[in-house]
Amino acid sequence: MPAYADISEKIKARFPEAVVNDQQTSDEFPTLWIEKNQIVSVLGFLKNEPGLDFRFLYDLSAIDEQARNNRQGQPASIYTLVYLLFSFSRNQFLRIKAALNSEKASAPTITSVWPSANWYEREVFDMFGINFEGHPHLTRILMPHYWEGYPLQKKHPARATEMGKFQLPEEQMLAQQDVLQFKPEDWGLTARSRTSDEFMFLNLGPQHPGTHGVLRLVLQMDGEYIVNVVPDIGFHHRGAEKMGERQSWHTYIPYTDRVEYLSGVQNNLPYVMSVEKMGGIESPDRAKVIRIMLCELFRISSHLVWYGTFAQDLGMMTPVFLTFYDRERLFSIIEAICGDRMHPNWFRIGGVAQDLPEGWETLVKDFLNYFPPRLKEYDKMVMKNRIFKARTVGIGVFNTEEAIEWGVTGPGLRATGLEWDFRKKQPYSGYDQFEFDVPVAVNGDCYDRAWVHVEEMRQSIRIIEQCMKNMPAGPYKSHNALTTPPDKKNTMYDIETLINHFVNVTWGPVIAPTEGFCSIESSKGNNGYYLVSDGSTTSYRTRIRTPSFPHIQFVPYYSKGYTIADLMAILGGVDFVLSDIDR
Amino acid sequence: MNQTLMQILIIAGVLLGTVTIAAGLIYVERKMLAVWQQRLGPNRVGPFGIFQVLADMVKIFFKEDWIPSFVDKKVFIIAPTIIMLSVLMSFAIVPFAPGIVVADLNIGLLFFLAMSSLGAYTIVLSGWASNNKYSLLGGVRGAAQMISYEVFMGLSLMGVVIQAGSFNMTEIVNAQQGMWFVIPQFIGFIIFLIAGVAETHRLPFDLPEAESELIAGFHSEYSGMKFGMFFVGEYLGITLVSSLITVLFFGGWLGPAFLPPIIWFLMKMFVFILFFILLRATLPRPRYDQLMSYGWKFLLPLSLLNVLVTGAIVLFNN
Repeated sequence: MPAYADISEKIKARFPEAVVNDQQTSDEFPTLWIEKNQIVSVLGFLKNEPGLDFRFLYDLSAIDEQARNNRQGQPASIYTLVYLLFSFSRNQFLRIKAALNSEKASAPTITSVWPSANWYEREVFDMFGINFEGHPHLTRILMPHYWEGYPLQKKHPARATEMGKFQLPEEQMLAQQDVLQFKPEDWGLTARSRTSDEFMFLNLGPQHPGTHGVLRLVLQMDGEYIVNVVPDIGFHHRGAEKMGERQSWHTYIPYTDRVEYLSGVQNNLPYVMSVEKMGGIESPDRAKVIRIMLCELFRISSHLVWYGTFAQDLGMMTPVFLTFYDRERLFSIIEAICGDRMHPNWFRIGGVAQDLPEGWETLVKDFLNYFPPRLKEYDKMVMKNRIFKARTVGIGVFNTEEAIEWGVTGPGLRATGLEWDFRKKQPYSGYDQFEFDVPVAVNGDCYDRAWVHVEEMRQSIRIIEQCMKNMPAGPYKSHNALTTPPDKKNTMYDIETLINHFVNVTWGPVIAPTEGFCSIESSKGNNGYYLVSDGSTTSYRTRIRTPSFPHIQFVPYYSKGYTIADLMAILGGVDFVLSDIDR
Repeated sequence: MNQTLMQILIIAGVLLGTVTIAAGLIYVERKMLAVWQQRLGPNRVGPFGIFQVLADMVKIFFKEDWIPSFVDKKVFIIAPTIIMLSVLMSFAIVPFAPGIVVADLNIGLLFFLAMSSLGAYTIVLSGWASNNKYSLLGGVRGAAQMISYEVFMGLSLMGVVIQAGSFNMTEIVNAQQGMWFVIPQFIGFIIFLIAGVAETHRLPFDLPEAESELIAGFHSEYSGMKFGMFFVGEYLGITLVSSLITVLFFGGWLGPAFLPPIIWFLMKMFVFILFFILLRATLPRPRYDQLMSYGWKFLLPLSLLNVLVTGAIVLFNN
C-alpha cells in the first residue's frame, strides 16, 4: 500500500491554494480540507490523475458543526461537506472536506465528476439544507417534499415530543397526497415521444410484489419497453443517523441491526469497529472469530433470502420456501448463540455480548453437513434451469468501469470481473487468517450476479468451518475501560473498576474527540460507518454508508430498453433492502 | 320421458361434478404444493385440513361484492362470468364414460376449440374494464398469448382427427381401442399439453397475471366472488384440459374391465391435474417475447409438420 504523503503534495503542486488543512483522524487515512470553490477541480484531478486514481466516490455527506465542541485544529466551518473517495489501484480511502461558512450554505455540485453524486447531494440538501449549484435535480430525496426544516441540522428536533402535537386535517392530507402525484415534467420527462407516440407512465410501488419493500419506481414506457425509470425512495426512512446523535455509543448498537435487516450483526461490525478505532480498543481473538463466524452465518442467511426471492421474481414458486426453510435452520443456530434471530444486537464495543453457548459446535457442524447438498439441489432447480437462464443471461449488463463510476460494490462489482472483496483487500477483524476464494464472474449480467451470490454462500461455509475448527480460547470481551458493558469481575474489589463500571453503565463510555471510519464487506456490498466524536457519551455525527443506496441509483442507467419482466430480474439481481437504502 | 330425465341427470351430474372437482382442486393444489415445498399446507380445518375448501368458499361468498368506482361497470361484471360459462360449456362434449356425455356433437372437438377461444374474452374484457394499467398490460398479454396458442392447439389436434376420422369425441375414444393416440400422436400430445397450459394461463404461462411483475394482471381489481370466478374458472380450465388430454390421447374411459370406465377416466384425468400442479411448483416464468417466439417459431412449424406427416401416413395406408 503506497503512503499517503504524495497525495497532498500532488494536489499542492497542481492547486497551490486548495489545501487548507491536513486533519488527523483515528482511521488510517488522511483528511484534507479543500477550498470549496476548488472542490470540483480537485476531485476531478484526484479521479483522473494517473497514480492517484480515486475513481470511486464512496460516500458524500455533511456535518453540521454548529454545536460541536473540541474541534481544535480544524478550519472554521458551519457546515462541512465530507467526500470519501476510494482508489482501487492504490487500495486506499481518502477523505476530503470542504468548509461552508454561511448559514445558507452553498457549494458547487460534483455531478459533473461523478454521476453517482446526484443522490448523495440530494440527500445532503434534504438533511442539511445545503444548496448545490448546478445540480440537475436538487429536491428532497428521503423526507417528504412538504417537510419543513432539515433533519440532520443540530437545531432540528430529534424527538416527536419536541415537535408539538401532530395533526393532519383533511386538506393537508390531500395536499400531501397530491405531492406524491408523478408529474413527468418535474423529472424532465415528456409524455410524448418525438414520433408523437404517447408514453405510458406506470407507477410501480411503493406497494408492489416485485420491489421487496416500499420502493417506488415510476416507469416511462413504450408498450412493455422501459424508456426511463425514476426511483422514488424514502418510504422506509427512519432517521437512523439522527438517532445516533441521541443514543450513547453503546445503546446505538441495536439500531444498526435494523439498518440492513437481513444481515443482522453485519451491521454491528463496522459500527463497533469504528468506535474501537476511535477509542483505541483491541478486541480479543476469540471475539474476532466469533464475529466472523456470525457475520458469515448472516451472509448465508441474507443470500438465502435473496436466492428465494430472486427466483420468485422470475415466477418460480418453490425455491423461496426451501431457502426460507434453510434460513430457519440458520436462525436456530443464531438464536442459540445470540438469543435473537434477525436483530441479535450481539456485538459490543470491544467484543461480543456473551461467550458462545455450550454445544454450539454441534449446531454449526449439523448445518455445515446439511447445507452444501441443498445448495447443489438449488443449482439444479434454479441456476441450471433453462427458462431461468433465458430470463437472466444478458439482462441488466454493466461493466466494471460503469460499476465503479456509479458506486457499485459487493457481488454486483465482482460479477463484472473485478476481483474486489474488502475481506481480502483490506482484511478486518482477522479475515486474513482465513482461507477462502473470491468468486468472480465476467459478464456483469443478472445471471452472473446470481452466480456470485451462490458461490459466496459456498465460501462462507468454508469460513464458518474454519471458525469452528480453530475457535481460539480466551476472553470474549476486551479489558479496556471503554468496553461496553464494562468488565464486572473486579468491581467489588477495586474502586477504580467500580467507578469505571458505574460511569460506563450509567452514562456510557466517553470517546475522546476524534473521527473514525470503518467499512466491511457486507452481504450486499460495502457498508461503512463514519463517526464523529466531540468528546461526549454520544456520537456527534453518525454517517451510515450503505451499499443499496448507490445500487438503486444505478438501476435506471442500465435498465433502459428492457421490459417490465426484465426490470424485475434486474431489481432482484441488485439484492437490495429498503431499510438499507433509506436508513 | 325416461331419456329426457336421464339427460337432465347427466347435465346436473356433469355440472356439479366438474365444479366440485374444480373447487376440490384448491385443496389438492395447496396440499401438493406444500408437499413439494417442504411445508405442511392446510391442516387446521377438519382432518388434514380437508374442509379448507369449504372455509375458502364461505369466505369468498361472504366477501363484500365491491366494484371500484373507476371501472367500466357492466363489462367488469360480465368478464368473469365468461370464463366460467365457456369452460363449463366445453364440458358438454366430454365423454366421461360410454353414454355419460351431455351433448354427443359430431363436431365436438370444434365446439371445444370455439369455446376456448371465447375464454380469451374474459381476460381482454376484464383487463380493459378494470381501467388499470397493470390490468391492461395483463389483458393485452393474455389476448396475444391465447390467440397464438389457440392456433397450435387446434393444429395439434388435427392429427388425432385425421387418425380417428371424426370430430366426435366418443368416436375418437372408440378409435383408440387398439392403441392410445399418445403413441402415434406423441408430438401432437406434447403441443396440446403446452398449449393447454397456455390456455389455462398457469405457470409457466401465467404471464397475464405474473404476480411479481403485474401484481395480479387482468384481475388486479377483482375481489370477492368475482375473483372467485376467475379462480374456479382457472381450476375448471385445468380439469377441462386434463380431461381432454385423457379423451384425445389416453383412450378416455378405456381400460381393463376390473374397474368401471368412469373410474379409469377420472384416474387418468387426475394424473394430468397433478402434472399441472407440479409444473407450477417447478418452473419459472419466461418473458413475454420469449413465450411468443417459442410459440410461433417452434411450436407452429412443429404442429404443421405433425399434421403433414400424419396425413401422409394415413393417406399412404389407405
